[in-house]
Order: sequence, then C-alpha cells, then structure tokens
Amino acid sequence: MSRYVSFRDFDWLLLLFVLLICGLGVMEIRSATTYTKFAGAHVKQIYWIMGGLAGMFLMSLLNYQVLLDRVHWFYIVAVASLMTVLIFGQKYLGARRWVKMPGGMHFQPSEWVKLILILAMAKYFADLHSKELSWSDFMKAGAMVGIPMLMVLAQPDLGTGLTYLPIAVMGLFLGGVRLKQMLVVTLVAGLLMPVAWLKVLKPYQRDRLTIFMHPDADTQGKGYQVNQSLIAVGSGGIWGSSEGSQTHLAFLPVPQTDFIFAAFAEEHGFVGALGVMLLYFIVLMRLTQNAQTAPDSAGTFVVTGVVAVLSFHILVNIGMVVGFMPVTGIPLPLMSYGGSSVLFMFLALGIVMNVRMRRFVN
Amino acid sequence: MFGRDEKVSQVRLTAVQYIILVVFLILAYGLWRLQVVQSDFYANLAEKNRIRSVPILAPRGRILDREGRTIVDNYPSFTALLLRDSTRDISADADLIATGLHLDPKEVRERIRRFSGTAQFQPIYLKEDITPDELAFVESHRNELPELDTIMAHRRLYPRNGFMAHLIGYVGEVSEDMLNQPQWELYNPGDVVGKSGVELEYNQVLMGKNGSRQVVVNSRGKEVGQLEEKPAEPGKPLKLTIDIDLQIAAEQALAGHNGAIVAMDPRTGEILAMVSRPTFDPNAFAVRIKHTEWAKLVNDDDHPLLNKAIQAQLAPGSVFKIIMATAGLQEGIAQDMRVTCSGGASFYGRYFKCWVVAEHRVHGVVDVTKAIYQSCDVFFYTLAERLGIGRIAKYAMMFGLGQKTGIDLPQEVSGVMPSEEWKIRNFKQKWYAGETISVGIGQGAVAVTPIQLARAIGAITSGGNLHRPHVTRPTDLPKNVIPASAVGDEIRVPIDPKNWEIITNAMADVVNPMGTAPSAHLQGIDFAGKTGSAQTISNAMKAKLGAAGKSKFKDNGWFAGVEPRRNPEIVVCSLLEEGEHGYLAARTAAQVIKAYVEKQRRAPSKLAKNESQLEIGAMWSVPHDPEALHVGKFLLDVEKVRAPLATSALGLQ
Repeated sequence: MSRYVSFRDFDWLLLLFVLLICGLGVMEIRSATTYTKFAGAHVKQIYWIMGGLAGMFLMSLLNYQVLLDRVHWFYIVAVASLMTVLIFGQKYLGARRWVKMPGGMHFQPSEWVKLILILAMAKYFADLHSKELSWSDFMKAGAMVGIPMLMVLAQPDLGTGLTYLPIAVMGLFLGGVRLKQMLVVTLVAGLLMPVAWLKVLKPYQRDRLTIFMHPDADTQGKGYQVNQSLIAVGSGGIWGSSEGSQTHLAFLPVPQTDFIFAAFAEEHGFVGALGVMLLYFIVLMRLTQNAQTAPDSAGTFVVTGVVAVLSFHILVNIGMVVGFMPVTGIPLPLMSYGGSSVLFMFLALGIVMNVRMRRFVN
Repeated sequence: MFGRDEKVSQVRLTAVQYIILVVFLILAYGLWRLQVVQSDFYANLAEKNRIRSVPILAPRGRILDREGRTIVDNYPSFTALLLRDSTRDISADADLIATGLHLDPKEVRERIRRFSGTAQFQPIYLKEDITPDELAFVESHRNELPELDTIMAHRRLYPRNGFMAHLIGYVGEVSEDMLNQPQWELYNPGDVVGKSGVELEYNQVLMGKNGSRQVVVNSRGKEVGQLEEKPAEPGKPLKLTIDIDLQIAAEQALAGHNGAIVAMDPRTGEILAMVSRPTFDPNAFAVRIKHTEWAKLVNDDDHPLLNKAIQAQLAPGSVFKIIMATAGLQEGIAQDMRVTCSGGASFYGRYFKCWVVAEHRVHGVVDVTKAIYQSCDVFFYTLAERLGIGRIAKYAMMFGLGQKTGIDLPQEVSGVMPSEEWKIRNFKQKWYAGETISVGIGQGAVAVTPIQLARAIGAITSGGNLHRPHVTRPTDLPKNVIPASAVGDEIRVPIDPKNWEIITNAMADVVNPMGTAPSAHLQGIDFAGKTGSAQTISNAMKAKLGAAGKSKFKDNGWFAGVEPRRNPEIVVCSLLEEGEHGYLAARTAAQVIKAYVEKQRRAPSKLAKNESQLEIGAMWSVPHDPEALHVGKFLLDVEKVRAPLATSALGLQ
C-alpha cells in the first residue's frame, strides 16, 4: 500500500490531445476576432489555458478521496454561490449569470458548480451498496442535481442548466438504474414538456426552439443566428474557404464563443472539422479508458461525470452548428473563448489525472 | 485501502463508449451533409450575404433660364440612420441621439424596438433630410455613437415661394399607375421622375442614369470592400426660353392676385415668362409631402396646382374683339361700318347692353378703331350679326382658339370655340342666332386659355404669323431627345397690311387717354393691347344671388398686350381672376412689358460689351483760334455698370 504518487502516471497523452484542441481554438479565436473589437482575445485565452494548466496540476496533487469526503461542504457552498448570483449577479444580455469580482473580473459560478456536482454524484453513487437503484435513491440523486439546475434555469441560463443533466444521467446509468425507471422518467418528462414550454421557458427560448423546428421561417430576424451559422459551415465545403467570409465579415454572430466550431468549419472545411471531432473523440475515449482503470468506483464515477459533461457539450454545440440542435448558448469546451469554461475543463481534467495517478495505489 | 469492487458495470461503461461513438457519427454525418452535399447551396447563400449592390444615385439635371442662370438645382440631402451592433445597447444612446437630431427620445426608442426583429444589416432610418447642424452632430459623435450614420441623396432645390412652380413642376417617386403606362415601362419602382411641368415633359433629359457599386459588406451593412463600380450618369441640364428677370417681374406683377401671366416672343413662340397664382411650394414635394398638405392643395377652390396659363379655360371677354375686328376687316365688313351706341341694342328680339351704360355714358357713333380702344359692345354685336358664327369661328380657329397650342408642357387644355357644328356635335342642338351676339364680345360658350390668347394676339400684331409656343429651344436639347412635336411650326394667316395698321393703332390707343386702360400707359414705350373683362356667371344669375353673388362672382379681368405695336418682340397675356376690370390686368401686363423694355435698353451696346476702354475719334476748335480745326483720338475708360440683374432664381443664390 504505497502512498507513492508519480507524475509518471500523469496522462501526458490525454494532455497532448487536450492542448492540441486548445491550440486550434486559440488559432480560430485569433482568426475570427482579428478585425473586431474582440481582437486580442486569443492572448487572453492563452492566459486562461495557462492558468487552467496550473489549476490542473494543483488539482491532480490533491487526493480526490479527500475532496469526496468534503463534498457536502462544497455542495452547500455551490448552492450558496448560485443564490448569490441570483441576488447580486450582474445583469448582462438579459440574464444574471456573472458575479463581479474585485479587479474587474467577472465570474460565472454555474461553471464550477458542474465540477462539484460531478464529485457529489460520484460520492453518492460510490456509497450506494446495492447494485440496483431504488426509487428513493433515484429521487435523491435527481434532487441533488435538480436543485442547482433549477437555480441556474432561473438566471435564466437554459444551456448551462441543461449541462447538469448528463451528470445525473451518467451517474444513474452507471449506478444501476433499471429499465423500468428509465421508462417512467422518460414518460413523465414527456408529459411535462408542454407545461415547461408554456410556463418555464422564456419567450426567447421558445423562439429558439421554434426556429430550430422551422429554420427558414425568419432568416433575417430571429432565425438569423442559426442561418448564418449554417451558411458559414456549408460554404466552407470540403477544404474550407480561405477568405472565411462569414466569420471575417461578421455575419456569424459571436464566432469566438458559441459558434467557434462554425467559424472553424468554415475556414478549414469538412476535413478540418472532422479532424477536430476526431481529437475530441480520442480525448473522450482516453477518458473512458481512465474511468475503467480507476482505483475504485468513486473514481470511475468522477471520470465518467467529466465524460458526460464533455460529450454533452460537444453534442449540443456541434449539433447546434450542424443544425441538429436548437441554439442554447453552450460553448464548445477547450475551443470556445471564455475563462470560466477553460478553467472548468482543466480543473475537471485535473481530477481525472488525480484519479488516474492513483490507479496503482491499491 | 479502497478495494476495487465491481460495482460499476463494465458493460454499461462500454455502452457509454458506443453511445459516444454513435453521437460522433451522427454529428459527422451532419457536417458531411452541410459541407459536402449542400456546400454549393450554402456557398451561394454566402455570396449573396456579403455582396450587395448599392445604387449610386444620379443627380437630376439642372434647369436653367435662357441666359444659363440656375432656376432649379440639387442639394445633397442626408438621412440619419442607425447601424446596429449586436454588442452595443443602442437604446442606451437614444436620449443623446434624440437631442442631437431633434427627435423625441421616446420615438427613437420605439423605432429601435420596432426594428429589433429585423436583420442586423438593415439600418434603422431615423430622420430624412437632416439639417446641417444635425449632420454636424452625427459627424462629431462618430466615436461616441459609432452606430449613428448618414446616407446622401440628391434632392431637388426649387425656387422659394412657389416661384415658377407651375412651369417647372415637381418630382416624385414613380407611381404604380405610371409604371403600367407604356412610356414609363422602362422605369423602376423607387425612381424619382418628373410629375408635372417641365420636370415631367423633359424627364428624359433631366433624369440621369443611376450607377451601382458591388460592395462587400459585413453583417451590420458596413462596407468592408468594393468589387466593381458603374458610375452614375448625371442628368443633363435643361435650358429654358424663360428669362428670370422677366419671370420675376411677372411674379411680382401678379402678387396678391389669382390668375396667370404669359409672356411670349411672338416671332419664335419662345415663352419668356409664365406665372400662375395661387402657387405651391414644390420643395414640399421634394422630400415627401404630408398627406394633409396634399389634400389642402387638391381641395383648394383656387386650384393652386393648376397651371392657369395653359389650364384655365375662361371666356376671353373683350380681348376677343381683336379677333372679331380682324375677321370684320379681312372680310371687308368693318372698314366702313359705323354704329351708334346708345348703351345697347336689340338683336333677334333681345336687348344686349353695352358695358358703358354702367358708367352712365354712351359711345355715340363708333367706327372700328373707336370700337377697339373704347371696347364698344354694340359695335361688335352688330359686327357679329353681320359676320355670322361661321366666319367668326373660322377666324378664331385660324388664330388658334379652341385648340391646344401644342406647347411643350403637359396637360394643356383646348378651350372652346363654339360653332354650329360644335353645338350639334356636343349638345345635339341647333345654333341660335342670338348666341352669335354674345360670342361677338367674347362671352357665351367661348373659352380660351391665356396661352391661346397670347399666341392669337401675338399673331395678329405680327401680321399673321402663328408660332407654336415652347419653353425650350430644340437646339438646346440633347440630340437624342425628340420633342413631342416639331417646335417652330409656323402657320401663316395673311392679314392685309391696311387692316393690320388699323388694328394695331387702335390697340395702342387702348393705353392712351381715350382708351379703356389709360392707367397702364408706359411713357416712351410703344405699348399696345386690349383689355377684357368676362363674366363668370350670367347677369340673371348674379341678380338672383344678390350682394353675395356680386362679391363672389366678380368678373375676370383680361389683358393681352404687345411691344412694339407692330411686329412685336413680346406679347403678354394677363388674366386676373375676379379682377373685375380689364385695366387692372393691363397694369400687370404693362409691368412685364416695362421690365422687358428696360432690360433691353440696359443691355450694353456691342461696342462696350467686351472692352473696358472705348476709342473715340473727335474734331474740335478752340475759342482763341476758331480757324484751326483739331482732330484727335481718345481712349475713354468705360465703367462697367452692369444692371443688377438676377443671377439665378429666388432661393438659389
């Protein structure tokens, strides 16, 4: 029972692929913002990535077991911070998502709440001893994710709120949810949909979904974003459009954040976009492999939680860009510009490294 | 410490991997569909997205007077607009923008809100035709308000106070109805075309050809590059035969009255001045006329939009007697005719009064000369009876009454010259001999336009040469423009020189003390003419209406005058609606004639025109040596005292 932890066991290969994706992201941010008032954003992004790397190494040094033992405290802090945002948050573009920090910084707590939820779920399911989930376990797990999720939805931030869902789903799936339970939940969710449509969704959110269903209905008005994204991606062709017209001429809205994949796909074509997807796929496969080799079930749950969040982000973001998903405002992790998103990903990877480095500990 | 348990199902973990694979395959399919299958479709859309054709508006040609002075010009007009930027909350700037552009902040906010659903690249138009200080506000706030911008268009600048408005006309956006007509077929919706007057008649000359620029724009409509440019062809200037100095005199002469003045050169048919009152401001049409303003113009009883010089059809009254006298003399009836005027006479069982009884006088024995300068009705009743309507109508028609003159202006009316055939054709009734008597003094069914009367009187005083009136010389028009019909059509109606002298001399006496308009006499100017006053309703009707009718339906005053009396250089026809007396109309016409003659006399001689020094040869003797004769040559400095004539139309300096 050696306590020896070595960076030899650090997943350097995973880090290489992650940094490759980040590098492509920085390049694309630079290209998309050159002639806009966001010019220079790529430099800031590099700082965020470097900060993220530092955070990742620090995170990997902490024993994740220690973190898991204190997860209930983290959870309380997470809920409290979401509450703070709701009360004191900065209103920007119609939603309270950011808390102003000293030094002109803005912080979006909903991102790192994700991390805490991953840990909380892992702890919860690892501590369960039956192979089959009871209804009460099911409900408890649901409530743990559901409470912060509702708070984020109230900001309102539908996109981020939805990213909490895969953490619960992945936990439940691997935690032994029964087929019957899945069916019942799906059925109830289906029945609640119309209610959610009318009561929960804001008008702009309803618009986004309507546009998703009928993208040609209002190409210059509310469907503008989606259509410009489709035009950008489509005009990229197989090898990409050298001029990058849609992105460079600012037809594509916020190309450096949510639509970075569209900008990339336009500039580098089908080949380039497929390459990026391959990189993401390799990262995800490497992560699931780490999950399988985790020293304990808690480790597995932690890593699969990260996998769940990452895959969900990729599914929704790239799905949106290719027109399979409605616009939800979810960034593409590692590529999209934004400190909160970058920091979250690297901290999450830090925990994954943490788990991996302790795989031979027993 | 932690036992590796098998609680996490490996099957499910593998399932997760497969699910991820499936998700990626679906996404890859989506990419393939967009970027490979439909790539051309989207590339096409992208092209449309970024390349926009921006029209370059061609300025309309200027309108000039006969000496090349500007009457109508263009001015650059700016429209303020907002370019939207998704990253900037423009409503926050609404207050500042509203202050700078003198708008209501609430209205600005409301506009921004109303346009929020439209595409980003479509600008929000805030205000048309902004003032220079508003433009300065936009320019000076480029940094604070980057979204605020302007676009420029050329707008028509017309003279002030409706100066020459009827002749010039106005422009407007081509209407749906017009586009359906063959002559407007090739125009596009949104084109600004002439809608009346010269603007309409010579639209082909004045209107330029819009160019276009293919520009690369970004999503906010901001230009980021240019591909190709097809420059605009500006409209050509149009030179009129109008003399601004004379036009000013005519406008001033008619100030305060309703009616019209036409001044024409009877030798060529060139229109020198044309005024109609009341007038309107064509500048109000240049931007966009307000509905209420338009309704006011259309529903006004005085018809401000009507060009009365060519569109008023009224009884000519006594001015018609010149045509009667010409007919009588040419037919050999009037020469020796003597009529005793006792204030009226009976014809066909009806008593016709002479206008003179209203002044408690009679004309006594009247010959044709006195009949003209005293405007004796009884003489012309008798002459009409002897001539008969057939011959009267023949002469009137020969001198162009009852038909369009063919002037190069739109919507000229023909007037009416009654005859037996005319009555049968239009009323299916026989001509009553009694009607001829009224026609003899220019009443009854006779209706003429001022331009017709000017042309007829000009022709008679010129010995019988009729020219088609026109406002542009064909030689001043671009080669490819063919006027509606050949200008300068000359019709010759020979008048016996003896008769010509009798008529013109009698006309000169009209403005002499024995005439009907002595107050219009112009000292040292060979001014001749004929007054007229025409009833607007019958006397019987007037009696019925009583006092109210008397003030409302006053007689129209007419005057047609020439200078000099024979082979005149200018003929002026003046109509004063409800002007009551012909001599009032004569005074207005006299003002125009006077302005014309004075301008002619002020024009520098050929010698002094181009030289600042004048060479004079002289011979003289000195008192102490009367025998010796001296000869010398002197160089005199000629002071260039040019009369302060107008340099352009009012409001265009």
